[in-house]
Amino acid sequence: MSGQASTVTVRRQIAKKDYTKVRLILFTALVAALLLTAIFAEWICPYDPYEQDLSNALQPPCAAHPFGTDRYGRDMLSRIIVGSRASIFSALALVAIIAVAGTVIGVICGYYGGVVDGILMRVSDVFLAFPSLIFAMAIAAVLNGGIQNAVLALAVISWPKYARLARGQTLAVRQSEYIAAARLSGSSSFRIILRHVIPNIAGTVLVTAMLDIGVMMMEIAALSFLGLGAQPPTAEWGSMMSSGRSMLQTYPWVVLTPGLAIFVSVVLFNLLGDTVRDWMAPGSARKKRN
Amino acid sequence: MEPLLEVKNLTRTFRGREKKEFAAVDHVSFCLYPGETLGIVGESGSGKSTVARLITGLTDVTEGEIYLKGKKITGRKGRAFREVCRQCQMVFQSPAGSFDPRRTLGDGIGESLENSGMKKAERQRRVAELLRRCGLPEEYAARYPHEVSGGECQRAAIARALAIEPELLICDEATSSLDVTVQKQVMELLAGLREENGVAYVFICHDLALVQQFCSRVLVMQDGRIVEEGTPDEVILRPREDYTRRLVEAVL
Repeated sequence: MSGQASTVTVRRQIAKKDYTKVRLILFTALVAALLLTAIFAEWICPYDPYEQDLSNALQPPCAAHPFGTDRYGRDMLSRIIVGSRASIFSALALVAIIAVAGTVIGVICGYYGGVVDGILMRVSDVFLAFPSLIFAMAIAAVLNGGIQNAVLALAVISWPKYARLARGQTLAVRQSEYIAAARLSGSSSFRIILRHVIPNIAGTVLVTAMLDIGVMMMEIAALSFLGLGAQPPTAEWGSMMSSGRSMLQTYPWVVLTPGLAIFVSVVLFNLLGDTVRDWMAPGSARKKRN
Repeated sequence: MEPLLEVKNLTRTFRGREKKEFAAVDHVSFCLYPGETLGIVGESGSGKSTVARLITGLTDVTEGEIYLKGKKITGRKGRAFREVCRQCQMVFQSPAGSFDPRRTLGDGIGESLENSGMKKAERQRRVAELLRRCGLPEEYAARYPHEVSGGECQRAAIARALAIEPELLICDEATSSLDVTVQKQVMELLAGLREENGVAYVFICHDLALVQQFCSRVLVMQDGRIVEEGTPDEVILRPREDYTRRLVEAVL
């Protein structure tokens, strides 16, 4: 009986393994396609995204313009393709900045502890205590619009999450015998952090960062929608939705198509993040490294 | 003869619940002479491992002094800490846990050599030599901790501890998590090293039989204090203290 039960478990594990791997390949490919689109946006888009043609304004989706045109007669598809650059790359840059900065701060706090830890963690508590988007709006408003300033504003308020995560992970790693062994091997604290602590917490941080890309994309789009991010005529999904919002009932494609673009890319990044998390999780089917 | 290691009134207190202080190690004093093997026995929580961590400097001392070759080594930091590490190494309890899961055994063994500025080619030669000496094939340098068995990993840990030729090796329950046959092999390795290099050991263990075979002197610890001291035969066969008698009876 027990033999049979264990066979079933084994089979289930095998099935799960293949599934995770397939998902990983599929979502990586889709995200890669998205990134390639963003990189080669100017060569891919069928029309000049900034060329106005008022005689052709507000065309509904048709063969020539699959996503229709906006009120200046600009091709929506081309604008969405070119807009992907601002939306996706600013989200990636933002996540990279906060993941690196947060990790550095968190590792220092976790490893050294003491006064520095106390001060930095209280500062991060302050940031975590505010509703993030409202805080970001305030900072972005002070800095005056522009996509770089929107990224900066979101970075200022978003790092504490990573600092907390990295700190907790560092505290756990610090207790381990291999850190004690490294200390006895005469490695300096800096070297131990670089060689032993960061590589061992990188996986967790990476997964969190992947899951955060979608969230950050939406926050950047939200700031742009509110006029605090990308400024017209720059093609960016959030600001495109914003400029079309009065036409939602009459010419819905002007709002819905950039919304769809945000939706699809956020879902894709989240699915990839989820899959990477499953793949890295202990006890998953992932083969042990090397 | 000058003692290699001299511990005087060593005390370490920890703050427990409700800020109540308790002494994990309470005014412990002992000496260790070059080439000698000192066993420390006692039940879990008696402060054996804390003594090990205090001697190596991994845990800070609350009170008391430790002298290594007549030089005070308590309260050392930074460069001074690293200097002492060259003379005093430790083998940890969990074989796999004492190696970084993301680095090869060779990286771990060679870390101290690298820190003392040894070039890569020479380091690789030295690591291979250490592995051979500890009864492992050279190729193990490229293995990861999860790819080898507990016994093999513990041999690699001994190789790491020996890399910079310390005079004092502290074994904190180094054989406890190994099965009996592997344990025997590791003990033979340790005994061989003692004969070849004259390494002195502080051998922390709860296996009285092992202590009897391997150690020249034994300390019995209870609640952070040394309750009995003597040769293994004296302590194990003719215990004076009630606690030691119970400890011996528990095994037999």
